[in-house]
Amino acid sequence: MDRRDFVKVGAGAAVGGLAIGFPATLAAKPATPNAIRVGLIGCGGRGTGAAVQALSTSADVKLVAMADAFADNVETSLATLRSPEREEWLGGSVDLRPRIDVPAERQFAGFDAYQRVLPLVDVVILATPPGFRPIHFEAAVAAGKQIFMEKPVATDAPGVRRVLAAAKIAQEKRLNVVVGLQRHYEKVYRKWVDCLQAGMIGDIVLGRVYWNSGGVWVRPRLPGQTEMEYQMRNWYYFNWLCGDHIVEQHIHNIDVANWVMAGHPVNAQGQGGRLVRTGKDHGEIFDHHFVEYEYPGGRRLLSQCRHMPDTMSRVSEAFHGTNGTAPKPGLIVSNTGKTLFEHDATGDPNPYQVEHDLLFAAIAAGEHRYADGELGAVATMTAIMGRMATYSGQVVSWEEAINSDLDLMPAAFAWNAPPPTVPNAEGRYPIPVPGVTRAY
Amino acid sequence: MHWPGAALVVLVLAADTLGAQPPGGRLTQRVSGTGIELTLVPIPGGTFRIGSPIEEKDRDDDEGPTRTVQVHSFWMTIHEITHDQFGPFRHRRLDSKEGSSAAIPFDADGVTRPSPPYEDPAHGMPKGDHPVVGMTRLAALRYAHWLSEKTGRLYRLPTEAEWEYACRAGGTTAFGFGDDPAVAPEHGWFDGNSGGTYHRVGLKAANRWGLYDLHGNVAEWVMDTYDPGAYAALPLRPPAVDPMLGDPTRGRGVVRGGAFDDPPARLRCAERFPEAAAWKRRDPQIPKSRWWNTDSPHVGFRLVSPARDQSVAEIAEYWRRVLGTTPRD
Repeated sequence: MDRRDFVKVGAGAAVGGLAIGFPATLAAKPATPNAIRVGLIGCGGRGTGAAVQALSTSADVKLVAMADAFADNVETSLATLRSPEREEWLGGSVDLRPRIDVPAERQFAGFDAYQRVLPLVDVVILATPPGFRPIHFEAAVAAGKQIFMEKPVATDAPGVRRVLAAAKIAQEKRLNVVVGLQRHYEKVYRKWVDCLQAGMIGDIVLGRVYWNSGGVWVRPRLPGQTEMEYQMRNWYYFNWLCGDHIVEQHIHNIDVANWVMAGHPVNAQGQGGRLVRTGKDHGEIFDHHFVEYEYPGGRRLLSQCRHMPDTMSRVSEAFHGTNGTAPKPGLIVSNTGKTLFEHDATGDPNPYQVEHDLLFAAIAAGEHRYADGELGAVATMTAIMGRMATYSGQVVSWEEAINSDLDLMPAAFAWNAPPPTVPNAEGRYPIPVPGVTRAY
Repeated sequence: MHWPGAALVVLVLAADTLGAQPPGGRLTQRVSGTGIELTLVPIPGGTFRIGSPIEEKDRDDDEGPTRTVQVHSFWMTIHEITHDQFGPFRHRRLDSKEGSSAAIPFDADGVTRPSPPYEDPAHGMPKGDHPVVGMTRLAALRYAHWLSEKTGRLYRLPTEAEWEYACRAGGTTAFGFGDDPAVAPEHGWFDGNSGGTYHRVGLKAANRWGLYDLHGNVAEWVMDTYDPGAYAALPLRPPAVDPMLGDPTRGRGVVRGGAFDDPPARLRCAERFPEAAAWKRRDPQIPKSRWWNTDSPHVGFRLVSPARDQSVAEIAEYWRRVLGTTPRD
């Protein structure tokens, strides 16, 4: 090869360049002895992201304890958090180490690891796979902790009911609860929904929401794994852990519809199945769902979500009113084609950071400002109701959905315990069959 | 400095028989077992002044001081890489086990391929023969690595100097087509004529050296890491030869040429755009995806190949040095 392709311009030049403008690593302001103590429960990519955001707020915070079902997840997450080069490839980063104090004795693994974190912290981040959220949220509220929890907040109706009950107690205890439905903390959505609720296009009669994408990661079965460990690693494809992608991802868009419609649907019917993503490591979930929701007053919401590579991609929301349309977030046009509202989101703050900035500001001020628990539970239930409709092929009412006694969770949490669904001799799991499956 | 572009001869060469520095013509690189064809034109080596003079309209400080730089001859794809051309790298099922020849091993199952993106990196814009977008600089490099292994010929991103040299195509004006942005609509897609979307590659006029869409359509990754003071650090004499700054797997990259959503001023030959953290703002995971940005549907790339042939061993060594120990996902 021609080595000159790779010649650098000389050490002096490189150093000079760095000095001129390359963003250097800045150290976060060190935590004081009185810092707000944060615990992370669920140390995957999203949990690690939430921890970075919590530690990047202007509040005096420190991360003091971490828990995950798997010890290696805790180690990987902590190594990422401690790395001063964490996002160096994005053009600089903040060194969070002055705000991290998680010695080995405060790193916990196993199904009950969350219980060890709670006594050590003021604020807890709940970011495990969603099936565990009701258990963790209940325990965090009982322990009187401030809470950031990721969406969805459950995978079945019994779980949603537990979250609703705990959310009520959190409110009585004046605990701040922020749920990671970050569109509520995103400027373009806030302004857009405000306009729609103020009647800019009259009465909303129809919504359309989409999460059509290529799908997510797969973690194939490894030799030596128990069935429980395999499902916990490859959790996206098992309903007790994930809820199916209509719940795990599409909740974001369905939640926007609830927001615009100012409430939840009264019923749902729809269809779905598995056409493309049908491998043994794809568990039991569908790869597409289409749901028609009915809201009070006969208003309709058409919801579609799909995980199929190389098909039309769209992750968005649109609404139609008597006097115009809102074709995408940040845009509203009249029936005559006149632009009524337009917001350029370039340069808007990162909503994932905003939700933590606001939560920690409230905590630092000793105020109770956020109570997202019910909103998160209702959005979760709406998405689950869609899954109930596509799995069953029936019209499912809100009452039937939220009162459903179908409990997806395992009877026991242990590495050798049987999960609620197990593969047959060919390594395949039972797949829901519309018209046959009892889905609620 | 000019290339005798009038006598274009279409050469269809097997990858491993390409001669160094042909006097003219173009190269069609077929990629075995994928249906991909890349068209490249030769860019004659030479010297030029990188950056823009202080009197240039809309100039930014990071475009100077200008410096004379020498680049060696290379081939450059006439188009931005398209979705169709990226597909067999992205999806194993579209790739084949065929390499360029029996003598050059290609392990289709050993290729490090892109993970699924969080959302469509193209934000719903058309695919096919439109430019592929939204990938990180590292993902563009891994594509080049894959293509190098597949063809037995070294492909990589252009350096900043090579890109600007090709864009100027022997000229010294703000744009390859002169100084007047009023004629930009004939030469590229930008905010005034794009309708807010990228377009099929190659619809506008080519530049003097036969390259399309350097101005606009999508901004293009280069090898270098961004440094606003890069040119001040270049030696005055003798001129730097094939300069490149930084480790392309780290730090903040650079894109060039402007995009469909930029005003004409940002399509200038010397305009430099540093990678921005905002391009990943909606990626909820940490570490964020090493493959895809959530918010850079205006960024794609094209490739170059050095004129001097490289042996298979040299190509392998090159990629070991460039990608080194970069994590695979």
